[in-house]
Amino acid sequence: MAEQSEYPLVELRNVTKHFPVARGFMESLSGQPPKVVHAVEDVSFQIQRGEVFGLAGESGSGKTTTGRLAIHLLKPTSGEVIFNGINLETLSESDMRRMRRQMQAIFQDPFASMNPRMTLGEGIGHGLKIQKLENSAAAIEQRVKEILDHVGLTPAEAYYNRYPHQISGGQRQRAVIARALVLHPDFIMADEPIAMADVSVRSVLLDLMIRLKQEFNLTYLFITHDLATAKYICDRIAIMYLGKIVEIGTIHDVYQNPQHPYTEALLAAVPVPDPRHKRAKPIPAGEIPNPINPPSGCRFHPRCPIAQEVCKHEVPQLRLAPTGGDNLAACHLRTGDYQQLDPTVPTAFHI
Amino acid sequence: MANLVQETALTQHTTRDLLLQVRDLTVTYQTRNGSLNAIEHLNFDMYRGEVLGLVGESGSGKSTLGKALLRMILPPGSISAGQILFDGKNILQFSAEQMRDIRGRQISMIFQDPMTSLNPVQRLDDHIIEAIRVHEPQVSRQEALKRAQELVSRLGIEPRRLNDYPHQLSGGMRQRIMIGLALALKAKLIIADEPTTSLDVIVEAQFLDLLRELKDEYGLTILLISHNIGIVAELADRVAVMYAGQIVEVSDSDQVFHNPLHPYTDGLMKSIPNISLEAEHQTLYRMEGSPPNLINPPSGCRFNPRCPHMMPEICPIKVPPLTLIPTQPSSEHQAACWLHIPHDKPE
Repeated sequence: MAEQSEYPLVELRNVTKHFPVARGFMESLSGQPPKVVHAVEDVSFQIQRGEVFGLAGESGSGKTTTGRLAIHLLKPTSGEVIFNGINLETLSESDMRRMRRQMQAIFQDPFASMNPRMTLGEGIGHGLKIQKLENSAAAIEQRVKEILDHVGLTPAEAYYNRYPHQISGGQRQRAVIARALVLHPDFIMADEPIAMADVSVRSVLLDLMIRLKQEFNLTYLFITHDLATAKYICDRIAIMYLGKIVEIGTIHDVYQNPQHPYTEALLAAVPVPDPRHKRAKPIPAGEIPNPINPPSGCRFHPRCPIAQEVCKHEVPQLRLAPTGGDNLAACHLRTGDYQQLDPTVPTAFHI
Repeated sequence: MANLVQETALTQHTTRDLLLQVRDLTVTYQTRNGSLNAIEHLNFDMYRGEVLGLVGESGSGKSTLGKALLRMILPPGSISAGQILFDGKNILQFSAEQMRDIRGRQISMIFQDPMTSLNPVQRLDDHIIEAIRVHEPQVSRQEALKRAQELVSRLGIEPRRLNDYPHQLSGGMRQRIMIGLALALKAKLIIADEPTTSLDVIVEAQFLDLLRELKDEYGLTILLISHNIGIVAELADRVAVMYAGQIVEVSDSDQVFHNPLHPYTDGLMKSIPNISLEAEHQTLYRMEGSPPNLINPPSGCRFNPRCPHMMPEICPIKVPPLTLIPTQPSSEHQAACWLHIPHDKPE
């Protein structure tokens, strides 16, 4: 057991995922190669035990696909997903099913995640039955009621026989969290877990997730479009743009000293709940392009305020920031070999 | 000096030009489980040239209010009481014909999903030209097209995109077209119901910047309905907070954010993560419970079961009216909370 902790809990190595685009009959006769959506391109990161690792970006950035790849709900086109030192690709179907107990998912819409014909008790206990973790119905009921207590659906008896439509949205998300936790997983992939909840309920759910993480020794992959929420809950974060990670590091370094111009823009765009706050940086024009034909070189170059010729041709690699922070950014001008071309005065070392 | 500042503020107040007065507005829905008031006894004013942010959670009645202002409440719902004085006239007494003139031309609505507001088989130029000519039939098609081209370039869209169909545009562009329609019609009031909720954060910021510019350029009056307190902070001059079908607080944006009087507003402000604060300095406030079921709302103040300051001798018994609370001399701060409204202890 001891040597297990040498590995990160989850590791993605050069993971790429392409989805074929459906085409019509005439197109298939045209002899042209089928189009693919480059959803995730050469993504690598490690999630350490006990960490909350954030994945942020706009829609179309590939963050949800990356999350699904991380728990093997999708198979990568190339690259490896390693869980606890084991390459998930090498597992047989039945071994993978056993492995699933250790990795659970929480999705955005709790209503869509629950079977409307199952009571909360049945739905939450279903995994225990499938994983054959408990033998008797009484034991399953016991475990389900314990977990209902843990997530704050108390008294558990009152919720056990209710159906998903009979409880509020916030309570439903608690039930989904309970269903993920009842199997005592190590890893939870949470894809926008609070986005559907009412504003006044969100902070309660966030703090519940933080408390449960400590109680159950969990590791989270927390996917969100909201950088303010990510700042609150995550330890480290990766910023994605068009299927690639453009910046990765601790929350502190990425937020205090963003290196990639896209990270800067994203941070500046987050609305601040304070009318006295004035936005620090201008917002770049344009929108995230179509991932069927992503731009060459750095995928952000058509929108980048500091892009140079090199950015159109060469794909930048993730490199350590020269600021002394621990964040890696994929930008020729900020962390790469062309830093002398950066038209902005380097803001590094401003202590 | 202080006196002078105060006086100017007061004169500005009195000369502000009222556009909309909502009085005692109630919208009732009949459901299988009984009738419920989605909004109840609502009172507020809007002045020309201002952005009023309307904040509330789902079910608070903020979207119902937006629809009620256009008389677009469909059965089983209906406006069961109150007045909507738009430009001094009670539009609840208008004929269907008169309402058609109000909708679009006088009051334009921008919804969360612009795709549902645009005709998928009509090109964008036709949308805008039709909008201009329905209300101004004397304008020629040529002239209207020219206006449409000028308009979209002001919105940051190339005029050639007018040949496109709505699905060929990105979400951000579609939402800008919706603003364009409102501008083409020279609408006196724009109701924007969650206009940026379907947009990504960068596109949202672009859209808010555009809206801010247009507001100054055209003197737009905007009712900005949103659950996102951040975007309301960016744009609104004044803010109204709704809870369970009622307005619980109204004031200048700065007052509502920095000096909230109602415990619900206060809790709401403290429960959202703020990116400009360090995480270690942030403790999010956890509001107990969830918004009530309106079929059987709590008696007295509807927030009382969740309120940390609940006073058992009055809050669950008597409904607090929205009342002007003397805070700062220059601001009109209204709140519906017994903590701030003078009252006798009921026996």
